[in-house]
Amino acid sequence: MSNCAPTTCETCPSPHAELRRLGSKSDRWDHTVALAGNPNVGKSTVFNLLTGLRQHTGNWPGKTVSRAEGAFDLDKRRYKIVDLPGTYSLLGTTPDEEVAREFLLFGKPDVTLVVADATCLERNFILLLQILQITPRVVLCINLLDEARAHGIDIDTRGLSRELGIPVVGTAARRGEGLAELLSALRDVATGAFVCARQAPEFVPATLRDAVGKLSQKLGATYPTMENPSWIALRLLEGDPRIIAALKNGEFRSTP
Amino acid sequence: MSPTEEILRDAESARWELGPRFQDEVAARVSEEASHLASRHMHRKGDGSRLRWQRGLDRILTSRITGIPAMASIFAIVLWLTIEGSNVPSAMLAELLVDWMHPWLKAHALALGMWPWLAGLLIDGMYLSGAWVISVMLPPMAIFFPLFTLLEDFGYLPRVAFNLDRLFQKAGAHGKQALTMTMGLGCNAAGVVATRIIDSPRERLIAILTNNFSLCNGRWPTQILMATVFLGAVAPPALAGVVAAGSVFCVAVLGFLFAFGSSWLLSRTVLKGESSTFSLELPPYRPPNLLRTLHTSLVDRTIIVLWRAVVFAVPAGAVIWLSANVSVSGHSVAWWAIGALDPLAWVMGLTGVILFAYVIAIPANEIVVPTILMLTVLVSGTPVADAPGVGVMFEADDSTLHTMLLSAGWTTLTAVCLMLFSLLHNPCSTTLYTIQKETGDWRWTTLSAALPLALGFLVCTAVAFVWRHFAG
Repeated sequence: MSNCAPTTCETCPSPHAELRRLGSKSDRWDHTVALAGNPNVGKSTVFNLLTGLRQHTGNWPGKTVSRAEGAFDLDKRRYKIVDLPGTYSLLGTTPDEEVAREFLLFGKPDVTLVVADATCLERNFILLLQILQITPRVVLCINLLDEARAHGIDIDTRGLSRELGIPVVGTAARRGEGLAELLSALRDVATGAFVCARQAPEFVPATLRDAVGKLSQKLGATYPTMENPSWIALRLLEGDPRIIAALKNGEFRSTP
Repeated sequence: MSPTEEILRDAESARWELGPRFQDEVAARVSEEASHLASRHMHRKGDGSRLRWQRGLDRILTSRITGIPAMASIFAIVLWLTIEGSNVPSAMLAELLVDWMHPWLKAHALALGMWPWLAGLLIDGMYLSGAWVISVMLPPMAIFFPLFTLLEDFGYLPRVAFNLDRLFQKAGAHGKQALTMTMGLGCNAAGVVATRIIDSPRERLIAILTNNFSLCNGRWPTQILMATVFLGAVAPPALAGVVAAGSVFCVAVLGFLFAFGSSWLLSRTVLKGESSTFSLELPPYRPPNLLRTLHTSLVDRTIIVLWRAVVFAVPAGAVIWLSANVSVSGHSVAWWAIGALDPLAWVMGLTGVILFAYVIAIPANEIVVPTILMLTVLVSGTPVADAPGVGVMFEADDSTLHTMLLSAGWTTLTAVCLMLFSLLHNPCSTTLYTIQKETGDWRWTTLSAALPLALGFLVCTAVAFVWRHFAG
C-alpha cells in the first residue's frame, strides 16, 4: 500500500544542515557567530570542527591568546565565526574579559555559541547567564559529553532547553559527536527559525529595581534597537566607563 | 539636553543615592541561579572511577616531594627517545640526500655544462646546507613534537607550571612562565608569542627576555652531536647513549636554572616588582587523540619549523661557500675572520671557527654544526678521505668526525664549551624579530641578545679557566 501519509521526517526540508568548511576566508558573510565559554572547555576544538581550520588546541586554559576568526557555509549561507578568549566572567577587567565583552556588546553577533564543560556545568552557567543578560540569541553547546559519561554524569539537555528558552546541544567535539544538531541549532537561531525566548530571571537587587526600571525604560525609548536595556542600566548605575563612553559616542544608535 | 545626556545624568544621581557597591549582590544571585540550573538538569550516577585515578595521578605528579623528580624523568625519557630514535632515520636521510643525491646533482650539472663556480654555489653551498638541515632536523622533530603534543593534550603542561610555580615566584616571575618556557623547548619564537598568556607587563617582559634559555629544537643537533661524538665516546660503549642523553638533559636543566637566575636578577634590577598571583586551573587528564595529535604536530609544527630552517639554511649555504671561496690578499674571507676571532675564542675554550660559524648562523641555530664542519675542513687543511671540495658541507660518520675534529685541535673542553655556548648565546634572528614585535622596544630586544651573550662569555671563560687549571 503506497497511500500512507508521508511522515514528518520525509517532508521536512533538511533535517541536517549541509556544512562546507571555509577555513579563514571570512571576507564576506551573512551571519556572525561569536564563540564564548570558560577556558579549556574545547572552544577551539568546536571552532576547528566548524571551520576546518587547525587552530592549535591544547589541554590547558588560556591556549587561545588572541581572537581567531574563521568561516563556514551552511545551507548556502555564509557564517563568520569568532573564537573569543575563554573567560569565567564578563565583568572583570582582564584583557581577555574585555575582548569578549566588547565583541558581545558591539560586534553584534547574530548568534552567540556558548560552549560549556559538561563535567562542571555550575561554573560554566555563570558565564552563560551573564551572556544571556546581554543577548538572547544564544545556542548552548554542552561539550565534553564523553568525559561526563565517564564520570557518571547525566545531563538533561531538553529540560535545560525548555527552561532557558534557547537551543541546547550536547557534543563531544573531539569526536565530532553532535555536530549535526549543533549546525541545525546555529542555522535556526541565525535565520530566525528558532526564536530564543529567554525568561530573564531577576538578578537586579530589590533596592535597585526602581532605578533600573526607570533607566531601562528611558534607554528603550531612546534606543529602540537596544537588546539589553536593563543590563545597560545596571552597568550605568555601576558607573562602567566603557558603557558611558559608548552612549556618548552613539555606539548603541546604529541599527543592526 | 539630549535624551542620552539625560539618561547619563539620571544614572549619575541614582548612583549617588544607592551608595555602596551592589555588583557583589548581582554576582551572588547569578551564581546562585547557575547552581540551581545545574542541579535541576544534571544527575550524577555514583562516583566515577575515573575521578579517583585522576586524583591518584595528581597526588604523584603534583606533590611537593615527587612532583619535580617525576617531571625530570618524563622529560629525560622524551629526550632519550628523541636522541635514540632519530639516529637511524637521520643516517638514512643523510645517505639519500647527501651521499647519493649530491654527487649525482653535481655530476649532472657539470655534464650539462654549468659553470663550475655556479655549480659550487648552488649545489655545494645552497643544496647541501638545505639537505643537511633536513637530514639532521627532521627525525628528531618528528619524534619530539608528537611526544610533546601528547603530553600537552593529556593535560600535563599545567602541572609543570604548578610544580615550578614556587620557584618562579621566588625568582619574582610569573608561574605561567613555566608554560612559555616549555613551549620554548620547541621554538623560542613560539615561546615568546606564548607569553601573551601572562597579564602583568613586567612579568611578561621577564618571560620574553629569558625564553632563550629554553634549549630550542634548532640547538639540539649541536648538543646531540657534541654529546655523542665527544662525551658518549668517553663512556663505555654500552652506556654511550645514556651518557649522551644525560648530558643533553643536564644542559637543558642548566638552561632552566639560568632562566630562574636571570629572572631573579631582572626582577631585582630593571624590572622591579612583586610577582602577581594567578589562579591556574588544573584541567582533567584527557586521553589524547592519537591521530589528531600526530597530524597537528607533524603538519603544523614539524613542517613549519623545518621549512623555516630550510629557508634560512639555503642562503646561509651560499654565504658559507662564498666566504670560503672569495679571496682577499691571498686568503679567503673565512680564513681572515677565523684568525681575527681565534684569540677571543681561545679564552672561551672555543675555536675561531666556532665563533665565526655563530656569526654566519644568526638566522638559524640549525646550521651551526654544518657551518663548523665545513670551516674546519677549510682551515685545518686535513680533509678526511673522500671529503668533497672546499666549502662543501658534508655529513661524516661519528668516528671520522671525531678524528677530524681532534686533528683540528678540538678537545673535550671544546665540546663542553660549545654545548654551553649553544645554550647561552643570542637568540636567532626570527626570535629577535618576534621579541621586537611583541615588546615594540629595541632596548628590550638588545637586552634579550646581550644578556645570554654576556652569560655565555662568562660561563665559557670560567669553565675553560678552571678546566685548564686542573686538567693541565
